[in-house]
Amino acid sequence: MNLVKLIEFLQLRLQAVLRVCWVVLGLLLVWSLFFVKPEHPPGEGTEPLGFLAQAYAVFERWPILWAIFGFLGCALIIFASKAFGHAGIMTREDYYDE
Amino acid sequence: MNNFWLHPSLILLAGALLLPLVPAALKKGYLILVPSLLFVRILFMLTNPGEFGHVNFLDWELRFGRVDPLSSVFGVIMGLMCLIGTLYGLHVKENAQHAASWVYVGGSIGAIYAGDFITLFLFWELMAFSSVFLVWFRRRPESLAAGYRYLLVHVAGGLALLAGMVLNYKATGSWAFDHLAVGHPTAAIYLIMIGFILNAAVPPFHGWLPDAYGAATFNGSVFMCAFTTKTAVYALCRGLAGMEILVPLGVIMALYGVVYAVLENDSRRLLAYHIISQVGYMVAAAGLGTQMAINGACAHAFAHILYKGLLFMGCGSVLYMTGESKFTELGGLWRKMPWTFVFTLIGGLSISAFPLFSGFVSKSMIVAAGFEEKKYWVGFLLMLASVGTFLHTGLKVPYFIWFGKNRPRKETLDRAAEPPWNMMAAMAVAAFFCIFIGCCPSALYKLLPYQKEAMEYVPYNGYHLSETLQILLFTAVCFFIFVKKLEPEAKISLDLDWFYRMGGRAFRWLAVHPIQAADTFVGELYRLAGLAPLMITSRVAALFDNEVIDGAVDGVASAVRGVGRRLRLAQRGQVQENLAFAFAVAAVLLIVFVFFVHKS
Repeated sequence: MNLVKLIEFLQLRLQAVLRVCWVVLGLLLVWSLFFVKPEHPPGEGTEPLGFLAQAYAVFERWPILWAIFGFLGCALIIFASKAFGHAGIMTREDYYDE
Repeated sequence: MNNFWLHPSLILLAGALLLPLVPAALKKGYLILVPSLLFVRILFMLTNPGEFGHVNFLDWELRFGRVDPLSSVFGVIMGLMCLIGTLYGLHVKENAQHAASWVYVGGSIGAIYAGDFITLFLFWELMAFSSVFLVWFRRRPESLAAGYRYLLVHVAGGLALLAGMVLNYKATGSWAFDHLAVGHPTAAIYLIMIGFILNAAVPPFHGWLPDAYGAATFNGSVFMCAFTTKTAVYALCRGLAGMEILVPLGVIMALYGVVYAVLENDSRRLLAYHIISQVGYMVAAAGLGTQMAINGACAHAFAHILYKGLLFMGCGSVLYMTGESKFTELGGLWRKMPWTFVFTLIGGLSISAFPLFSGFVSKSMIVAAGFEEKKYWVGFLLMLASVGTFLHTGLKVPYFIWFGKNRPRKETLDRAAEPPWNMMAAMAVAAFFCIFIGCCPSALYKLLPYQKEAMEYVPYNGYHLSETLQILLFTAVCFFIFVKKLEPEAKISLDLDWFYRMGGRAFRWLAVHPIQAADTFVGELYRLAGLAPLMITSRVAALFDNEVIDGAVDGVASAVRGVGRRLRLAQRGQVQENLAFAFAVAAVLLIVFVFFVHKS
């Protein structure tokens, strides 16, 4: 039952755990901003780029933008789905019962 | 041995048939032995590719064993999953449950190695008709109904496939199941596609999946989540790779599953919606059809079978031990089921494509194939879907079952405990492979159909790691900020199965109301217009019968009796007297005849 003790240990020190998490996030951002090289050098290819292709080029140039993508994407999924659900899709559990 | 080629499905089918004869003491050993033999057989076939098992049937040649890299990669993972799934349900006493799962897996493996459409169809239907028992064996009224719906939908899909393959045979003169001419799709190819994508649960043909997988037995779902959809992915990669329409369908699927997973309150139905989402990646990859995309689809199917099996085993353990699978009835189980939590978390991190877990090395291949093909919208939308995947399977499932603010009922908490050793062992094996593939991707890449592409692909580079970690960790930040918004609600979500569930009800209403009313009307009309005159007629007839006919008959009878009585007096048994009478009567008749009849 060491696993239970470990979880208890972490729960008792929730603030410290959270602080470590924030530090990890900060380090990740610093690393992404200054040290990560784009996969393909920007400006590759000669054909005119569409909007999404340009957006992708920007993401390749600035990898840190994926953090914003993740955060906003998650918020979008939560709120759009809940709005969709509450627009009449979610209903009582015995809906199909007779 | 040259002419004899042992079909791997035969091992399972024979194993299932012999299962009831195995003495109880040897049962567990036998249950492990048969899938182990299957797995060894498939690994052996890996080293010996080619075409085997040709059988002449009518005018056609059936090809039961096409062993090439594409079929082998699916064969290996299905053999492995059969072993893990059987281990998970090892303690189940009922032979029929094991037999149904083995026949189901046998059908799936038979379809994978089939070289022609007739063989494919045979095994395709075997899958549908055996897997439905995994739903029915839960023996709840809901499961019975869900099983029937599952079967009806799959029969409809099977018919589309059958119609398509017959039309295709008419057009090409061949039953061979090879890559079809997807550049100029005909009605035949669209029908075959409908048959395949129904099994892959592509919207709008996906309603059967959450319906059946949420209603199946705790270990039935573990089997079902691995085989039906992935056999369909194989069929798409084999026959319809590069079919344009599959790309948007796959992307829609990937997001559709995510949206419904937000709303879902039942953990196993949530996982079922995430199958739809994950299979969406594979369908889109099959549609892209490049070598990298097909590699990605195979790799992702391989990884998916393991981590989705693991997730269903985790939630199945909770269901098995507590009897609950709804988030609103669960919470705070970490003290009681900590290892189940760890295994489920490993499954969740794998499906979310966390670095060092299996999803990372397979999913990124598909997304990269989308970007490389300059289909940027595919890449971005699949990225968005992977945000949703981590949100639900990586965060929501573990959080609301093992932590969370919901307080389950006291009986649920009392019942909760770690499941039996075999269930734990099966989860441990699956978890091991999830991490092993994530850490040693080359072991998986060696199995992929396009070796050169696979060996060139490098999943672990700075950009990929930074991109994935940022997306996942900031999704986690967003989750904990909006966790209140995600609190489960004790509701169900209407999906497209509404149309046939309510359609069935409309049919029954039609039967009960208009058709019944018409029947009653005709009955009433008959009573008034037909029956009443008939009764009157019969009353008159009875009167006539009593008074006239009976009177006449009675009269005749009494006259005959009177005459008879007289005759009896005259009749004394003397021959001469009788003869004299007879002659007299004859003479009288003769005279009457001569005088009255002849004259006139």
